[in-house]
Amino acid sequence: MIRLLAILSLLSSSFAYGAELSAVQLNKSTIAFVSRQMNVPVEGIFKQFSAQISIDPTKPEAGRARIEIDLASIDAGSTDANDEVKGKSWFNTREFPKASFASSEVKALGSGRFEALGKMTIKGKTLESRAPFTLKQEKGVLILDGTFPLKRLDFGIGSGLWSDTSVVADEVQVKFHFVLK
Amino acid sequence: MTTSARYTFTAIRLHWLIAFLIFAAFPLGLYMSDLELSPLKLQLISYHKWLGVTIFLLTVARLAWRAKHTPPPLPEAMLAWQRTATHSVHHLLYLLIIAIPLSGWLMSSAKGFQTVYFGVLPLPDLIGKDKALGDILKEVHELLNYGMLGLVIAHVGAALKHHFIDRDGILARMLPFLDKENRP
Repeated sequence: MIRLLAILSLLSSSFAYGAELSAVQLNKSTIAFVSRQMNVPVEGIFKQFSAQISIDPTKPEAGRARIEIDLASIDAGSTDANDEVKGKSWFNTREFPKASFASSEVKALGSGRFEALGKMTIKGKTLESRAPFTLKQEKGVLILDGTFPLKRLDFGIGSGLWSDTSVVADEVQVKFHFVLK
Repeated sequence: MTTSARYTFTAIRLHWLIAFLIFAAFPLGLYMSDLELSPLKLQLISYHKWLGVTIFLLTVARLAWRAKHTPPPLPEAMLAWQRTATHSVHHLLYLLIIAIPLSGWLMSSAKGFQTVYFGVLPLPDLIGKDKALGDILKEVHELLNYGMLGLVIAHVGAALKHHFIDRDGILARMLPFLDKENRP
């Protein structure tokens, strides 16, 4: 029985492989975040990023994702903030222009919920991270939505004076929305 | 001067408390807006906004109180134009003390920064994020403040003139302890 299941899953994963490669519609996809400044939620987005995502809703375990964000494309909510966060104590975009996430595993959590595990690299530092998401099929496209907390200080984002978490909270909510064809 | 010739103690306390908070919020606003972005700046902006909300709420309380407690009459010796000027300045001050925090609140919303009172109570954003509108509201907020500065100078100047030149005891309406000291 176990062997049969193993064969079946092998079969289905190779089946899924063809349907797996999805084109991410970048103009309809977003990577946004909410930071808390003096407990005031402030929204921001990254305008430029690339994403290769392949996922089959019937076989999510075989899913793969690689996201690369152009950090200088940040809109952190105000002109002042945009200038500031590109600087050394924040993203240091001159030295580290990109942040990336590469999945190593996708788990089904049940009832339409999944979780991508993988390596997040920001500012030259790579950490294991996880991002839960949902999948929704809609008019020929697949919509992938998720939110996860990112602890900015783990990556040294906002160091020095800015490491005071009573002003800017450590935890930043990252929200992603990908439309796949 | 009889005791009924002064403001009620509630009105007196509110007047001085609001005055004190305005004297804190105004220079704080001037100072913080010229700072480079820093954690200190974010803290000061929040303190300024909390002060503004507090001033607004206390002024609403003061107006509600005033609606039921008529202010003491002005001295008989005051001329008609002086009475008109007094009432105009008082009314304009109330108007600005209400309008200034409102303009700051709207400006914050337009700039995309919600007001979270004491870091705990989020106030709704009445308008959405709109950079151009935010810049206009900042100008409005500043102009109203300079208007208020002029009125406060007139208000304080008039109070001092009444106290030291006219010696009509009018300041004792708001500072009852002067009453005893200045009575002949």
